[in-house]
Amino acid sequence: MTAVATVSHAPAGTVAATANVVLDARDIVKDLGEGAGKVRALKGVSLTLNAGELTLLMGPSGSGKTTLLSILGCILTPTSGTLSVAGKPTAGLGPEALADLRRNHVGFIFQSYNLFPTLTAEENVRLALDVRGSRGSDAVVAAQRVLQKVGLRHKLKSYPSNLSGGEQQRVAVARSLVGSPSVILADEPTAALDSENGEAVMSLLSQIAKDRSRAVLAVTHDPRTVPYADRILRIEDGLIVGEERRAEGVETVHELARTRKRKANA
Amino acid sequence: MTLTLAFRNLFHDRVRLAVTLIGILFSIVLLAVQLGLYLGARGMIISMIDRADGDLWVMAYGTKNFEEAQPIRARERYVALSTPDVMSATPIVTAFTDWRKPTGGSTLVVVIGADTEEGGIAPWNVVEGDVSGLGARDAVMIDKTYLEELGVNGVGDTAQVGSARVRVSGLTEGIRSFTVTPFVFTTLNRARQLVDMPADNITYVLVKVRPGADVEKVRGAIRAQLPGDNEILTRAEFRDRSLNHWLFATGAGVALLGGAILGLIVGTVIVAQTLYSSTKDHLAEFATLRALGSSKGYINKVILMQAGLSALIGYGLGMTIALTIVYMSEQTALPIVMSPGLAALLLLLTFAMCAVSALSAIGKVVRIDPVMVFNR
Ligand SMILES: Nc1ncnc2c1ncn2[C@@H]1O[C@H](COP(=O)(O)OP(=O)(O)OP(=O)(O)O)[C@@H](O)[C@H]1O
Ligand SMILES: [Mg+2]
Repeated sequence: MTAVATVSHAPAGTVAATANVVLDARDIVKDLGEGAGKVRALKGVSLTLNAGELTLLMGPSGSGKTTLLSILGCILTPTSGTLSVAGKPTAGLGPEALADLRRNHVGFIFQSYNLFPTLTAEENVRLALDVRGSRGSDAVVAAQRVLQKVGLRHKLKSYPSNLSGGEQQRVAVARSLVGSPSVILADEPTAALDSENGEAVMSLLSQIAKDRSRAVLAVTHDPRTVPYADRILRIEDGLIVGEERRAEGVETVHELARTRKRKANA
Repeated sequence: MTLTLAFRNLFHDRVRLAVTLIGILFSIVLLAVQLGLYLGARGMIISMIDRADGDLWVMAYGTKNFEEAQPIRARERYVALSTPDVMSATPIVTAFTDWRKPTGGSTLVVVIGADTEEGGIAPWNVVEGDVSGLGARDAVMIDKTYLEELGVNGVGDTAQVGSARVRVSGLTEGIRSFTVTPFVFTTLNRARQLVDMPADNITYVLVKVRPGADVEKVRGAIRAQLPGDNEILTRAEFRDRSLNHWLFATGAGVALLGGAILGLIVGTVIVAQTLYSSTKDHLAEFATLRALGSSKGYINKVILMQAGLSALIGYGLGMTIALTIVYMSEQTALPIVMSPGLAALLLLLTFAMCAVSALSAIGKVVRIDPVMVFNR
């Protein structure tokens, strides 16, 4: 467990010796549904997300990955447990205050991209700035810069229907990034993509996670995403059951995965 | 971006947009016609009273409107004239009578007799001939609108009114009566003759008060000297009484306003329906917006802008049609009047209608659960 004292915010540029925790969840319990259909989807999850890391959340279907992501992203509120995002505790916040928190600190990437079909790539990205009250030519420049970063400089004026799945997801990545959030949460970002596009998106995410002020958490089923991870969390039946971290000097988590297999076989 | 999004949402589904616009258009046209008819009726009802040059009207007790008044004694005029602060007291004769067309058949008319040199009531908007032409033998002036109804073609034509022959000496344009009964202007004495009124009778005494004098005081002074079967109304009172009679006692105004309200309701229902279904279609997008951290206000703004844009486009189209109808009605006996005030009121009503329509859509959207962004 990370000591509370380390939940600090190293100013940008400071290479903190301890990991820079941007999200801290403790004992999260979440009940979904009502009456007879009530399900305890999360049974006491604790985790921290560190800036500069790409964390994968892996687990079987129905294990509570999306539920956890919704809570970490302040879309759902936990039944019990505490959460703080970018150092701000979320306890007792109403829907508008939570929207505020999402706007200022959280970026989302969805499995089905959730782009606005009537807006161009650039407009989709600008919308995320507009929601933050950032408008005008500055916003246009910022949107174009981030689209360039995801390799879509030539598709600024394209509508989602004229973009491939991989391109659409990269627009979504650009949209999540443009507001400089502390945390980017992605729910199965590669599930709808072929391997080439999936790898492009994952490499983009790992690149984004290199930023010392930002943590990226991606929910995934997809073993092809493993090589990009700095850290993998395993969830089963509403509980975190394992955590693996890329060892110092190890290039990818591939090895880590192999080690894990060896351990399991042993 | 809210405007862009609203605009794109609106034009994304052309069929729905068309339905929305037809709803607004229908509403505006209905409102414009009903309220325009109301304004037109109002104008017709009060035009004679407004045009008459006087502050007080002496008339038979219980007179309900300008056209239908019992005669009073002609000497009441001198009573008024002898009252301090009275500048002039002009006798006027009005009565219904039959106009027999040269081509056969007859029609009811309202004869208005006043000696123009005394002020009082004179025809206005004269397009042919001259008011002074009424001095000639048999001369009457009528409005162009009623030429056909009166069976004459223009200046110089003759007809029979009562036992006398009349000759059209001039034409006016746009002096129409709410009862659709043509006005026939002539002199005081000829009017008496045409309607068979005894020489010692008149219908009204139109009193002009010296500028600066207290109209109420003058009214009191005249009333003190007149028998009780008369009453004296100010111009505003007479106008209100005529309006009350024609628009409300007869139910005509109520019907017009009722039609307008119906238009408003139908428009609101159609716009609410289409806006609601559009919002439902775009619900996933609104949920995404919410997930991106937009405030409720931001989303409401998008919906309201959709409503506002529909209102503007619908208003533009609706007014084009309404103005065409107004233009076509200009020469008819029941003109529809469009004033800048009415145009502004319609714009306001359109926006109000669309804003009210947006409420159900907003109600839907404030209840969205952003969790749905993950379950598409
Ligand atoms: N609205 C709901 N009402 C009741 N139970 C729910 C509701 N939403 C989810 N659940 C249940 O909660 C549990 C966790 O769901 P969740 O969607 O978080 O799983 P997941 O790990 O994301 O699964 P998948 O990999 O299939 O997306 C599941 O058992 C699911 O059936
Ligand atoms: Mg899921």
